[in-house]
Order: sequence, then structure tokens, then C-alpha cells
Amino acid sequence: MASPLSRRKSISYSKWGYFFIAPFFIVYAIFSLFPLLSTFYNSLFENYMNGLNQVGPTFVGLKNFQTVLNAESDMMRYILNTFIIWIVGFIPQIFFSLLLASWFTDIRLKLKATGFFKVVIYLPNVIMAAAISMLFFAIFSNIGPINSMLVNAGILSEPYKFFDHEGSTRLIIAGINFLLWYGNTTIMLMAAIMGVDPSLYESADIDGANPTQQFWKITIPLIRPLLLYTFVTSLIGGLQMFDIPNIITNKQGSPNRTSMTMVMYLNNHLFSKNYGMGGAVSVVLFVVGAVLSILVFYTMRDKDAPKKSIKKKKGANLL
Amino acid sequence: MSSNTYDVAGQRNQTILLVRRIIAYTVLIVLTILSLFPFIILIINSTRSHYDIMQGFSLIPGTTFGQNLTNVLKNEQLPIFRGMLNSFIVAGGSALLSVYFSTFTAYGIHVYDFRLKKFAFTFIMIIMMVPTQVSALGFIKLMRSFNMLDTFWPLVIPSIAAPAVFFFMKQYMESSLPLEIVEAARIDGCNEFRIFNEIILPIMKPAIAVQAIFTFVTGWNNYFTPALILSKKNMKTLPILIAELRSADFLKFDMGQVYFLIMLSILPVIVVYLCLSKFIIRGVTLGSVKG
Repeated sequence: MASPLSRRKSISYSKWGYFFIAPFFIVYAIFSLFPLLSTFYNSLFENYMNGLNQVGPTFVGLKNFQTVLNAESDMMRYILNTFIIWIVGFIPQIFFSLLLASWFTDIRLKLKATGFFKVVIYLPNVIMAAAISMLFFAIFSNIGPINSMLVNAGILSEPYKFFDHEGSTRLIIAGINFLLWYGNTTIMLMAAIMGVDPSLYESADIDGANPTQQFWKITIPLIRPLLLYTFVTSLIGGLQMFDIPNIITNKQGSPNRTSMTMVMYLNNHLFSKNYGMGGAVSVVLFVVGAVLSILVFYTMRDKDAPKKSIKKKKGANLL
Repeated sequence: MSSNTYDVAGQRNQTILLVRRIIAYTVLIVLTILSLFPFIILIINSTRSHYDIMQGFSLIPGTTFGQNLTNVLKNEQLPIFRGMLNSFIVAGGSALLSVYFSTFTAYGIHVYDFRLKKFAFTFIMIIMMVPTQVSALGFIKLMRSFNMLDTFWPLVIPSIAAPAVFFFMKQYMESSLPLEIVEAARIDGCNEFRIFNEIILPIMKPAIAVQAIFTFVTGWNNYFTPALILSKKNMKTLPILIAELRSADFLKFDMGQVYFLIMLSILPVIVVYLCLSKFIIRGVTLGSVKG
């Protein structure tokens, strides 16, 4: 008697699952999935504005991809730009994050005011990238405070035009990326380091290992999955780099398009209504992103077992 | 003798520890200054007049804070307070929808056993990695055909499907939502929708608060999509206005106003952050480990 009743009950409950996931999937299908497929579809057409005249849409097959992916195309240049700016910001980011995370978690170092430092280094991460970019543009402009200080101190005889040079422009963009993200990475790495069994450090102490040895021989190998994860997610984030260079260079990627990123290129096509090329650039971005995501998936799978228990414990005593 | 060598070794360790501490504090203080310096310049310069700023930088605040404020209020080219209101509507609307519906979806997958459950979960995990920019082209075309350009709908409604927030909620439910609660409520005769709204939501409050802050900040700072959707002057959000400030002939601008506008656009977030910093930083570790 009881069993058919309860079975019927469980069947009727399971239907509720669809009710609860329905809004997500309906909204996703309309506002993301359909646009995604339509973007792919558009990449197969020639469709742009020539002055006030609409050209196309005419089906051209993979012609847009030939234009985008040939070795001397603009896209290849912008992929390289994006990668250079990303790596210049990422190297100091991972260096300082590791350093700070290992200091903050070092029991023997017993740093004071770590709460304060954490608040300060994480602060830039919550601030609007557009506003920080504008601020840095004002600070480094020819008439800005940095130039006035350098000239007043006698280091420069006349203002240095930071945004007329390829190196300094890229460096400033990379610097903002660093400033925005190193606090976030530090806090992530701290969580990983705190998950390492403290008895390992204690026995290393007894064996006479110094902090540098402990860092390279214990900390680094044990947090490697999270390091890899940080690397790949940062790379995916770098791929989407847009706000900062777009505002710093006023959409131009100046000087001479050396700080034009992939998404800025896409954005320019969207504004000029060149939907064929825009579609092709989107597809390339999608593929690169997908490859990197698969990498994330494999790095996450490796660390799944040890990480889960840590996270659960954290979740339970959070808040 | 042996105790003597021990002392020497102990003293050496003490010295090394001291040196390490000094290095650590020095690096931390340098980084603190580096992180705060731009904001210090920002705050000081927003109180100075254009003329003072052109004379060079100084650490002493100026006296034209009020003047800059009235100049900004009078500037019709950049309706900054309208922009703040617009940003608030967009960020607030999308934060509300994304936390409510992400909890909703996570609850559906966490509590019920249905045939497509595994598929649904895997699907959401996959789409979490797809950058929004990739579908932007189709998105604007679709919004144009819906006649939704220059409205806030395209910026708010899609927040119902927020994979990262969903994942956070799912993680939180696994650690702190026992299924017995749901069963007890069923015995009391509640229907499933009411159980969710009246029993589950209050339990999820801490997670909802963390995610509400993060999604609000993300919405407030978002630039790419709003710039494609909003082109009417009184619909623009703050990041778009800042981009316009940049594209206007920069040198002709009153620099006092420029700094003041930037300050206004980041101030609300800084205030919220400083009030809730402990809470936010604890949320980072939990929320950011995606996958």
C-alpha cells in the first residue's frame, strides 16, 4: 500500500524540478543561446554598411574566416596585442599574489594588520574598470600629476607623452589589470595555502627546512592545481579584455593600433554594423575560449577530490 | 655548551624572522601606497579647481569641492546624476533577479530528482565559461527586433540565467541545506513553491547577501553590453558617460569636473565595500572557485 503511494508522490515532486529550472533555461534560450547561434549564422554572410548603403546580406560561406584568420590579418595582430598585455600584467600579479598569500598564512611570521592589508589590496577589484581607466588616463596625461611631478623633480625636462608610445600605453593597461586583480588572486591563493596540512610545515621545521625551501617544496606542489586554475581563468579573462584599453585609448587602440584587443575589434565591428566580420571574430573568440575552458575542466578534475572537502568545511563555517 | 649553541641558533632564527618581517611590511606598505595612491589623487583633485590642477599636483586639498559639484550639476552634456540613477536601476534590478532565480534554479536541481537533472547541471557548468561578448552580435539584433534598444530590459532580464551565481548557490545548499527541512515542510502541507519562498529563502539569506553584493557591483561596473544597448542621453549608465568624457576633447575639459565625475561613479561602491569588506572578502574565496 505504502509503496505505490510514495512512488506516486515522488513522481509528482520530481515534476517540480522542471518548474524550478524552467525560468533559467527559457531566459537562457532566448537571450543567450539564440543570439549565439544567430551570431554564428551571421558569420557566413557578407553584411555591412558602405557609407549609408547596406551591402548584403549575401551568403559567402567561410570567406569572412579567411579574412580574419589569414596570417597577416588584423585579427592576428590583435590576438598578439591581447596576449602581450595580458602576460605583462599576469607575471607581477601571480608573483605578488604568491608572495603575499604565503606571508599572510605564515604562522611564524605573525604579520599584524593583515585584515587591513587584505581590504586595501582587494579594493581596486570592486571599482569600475572604466572609471579606473579614465583616472589613469588623467593621471598619466601630458598635463596630469605624474608628468607634473616628474618635471618638477627635475627627472624630465618636458612631459613624457605616455599615450603616444606603444610600450608605455601597454604597460599602463597591464598595470591597471595587475592592480585590479592581484588582491583577488592573493585571497584565492590564501584559501588554497590554508588548506595545506599544517603538520607538513611543522615536520619540515623540525628537519631544518628554511621558509624558502618550505615554499618551493611544500606550498607550490600542493597548491599547483589552484595555480593552474588561476592561470587559465586569468587567460580567459585576458581574452575578454575590453573596458580598460577601450577607454584609455578612446576606442582607437592607439598608438597605431598596438593596444587594440580582440574584443575591441569585435566592438568596432558591432558599432559599424559589419555583422559578417563581427560574426567571424565572435566565432574565433568562442573557439579560443572553448579550448581554454576545456583546459580549466581538466585542471579542475585533478584537484576535485582534495578541494571539495576543504570547500565544504569553509561553507559550513562561513558567515 | 650545548645550550649555548642552541641559544646562538635561536638568536639567529630570531634575526632572520625579524629581517623577514621587515621585508614583508615594506613590500606590503609599498603595495598599499600603490593601491591607494590613484584614489588619493582622485579625491584631492576632485576638490581643486581646474586652474589649481594645472599648476601641478599637491597633497593639500583645494577649496572648490562645492563649486565642482555645482558645475557637474549644471553640465547638461553629461547627466551624471541621471546616470547614477540608471546604473542603480540596472545593477539593482539584475542583482535582485539573478539572486532570486539562481537560488530558484539551484533549489530545483538540489532537491528534486528528475530525468534531465544531470544534463541541466552539466549544461549550466558548460555555459558558465562562454564569454558574453561572443553572443553580443546576435543579442543586439534580437533586441532591435524586440524593440528593446534604449530600454533597461535587455540588461536586466538576462540576469535570470546567471550560471556563476547558480553555482555558488548550489555549493552553499550542499553545505547548509539539509533535505529534512523540505520534507518536514511537506508534511506540514506546504506546496513546493511556498516552501521555497517561505522556508528556503530565509535559510539562504547569507549566500544571497554575498551574491547580491557581487552581482550589484558587477552590474554597476558593466560597460560592454550597456554601451551597445543604450544610446539615448538620459538612458546612459555611468561607464558609458565616463567613456564619453574620454572621447570628448579631453584638454578642453574642466579637470576639476573630470575628477569629480570619476569620484562620483566609484564612491558608492567604495562606501559599500568599506562597510562590508570583511563579509565581501570572505565571499571571494567561496564564490570565485568556479568549476
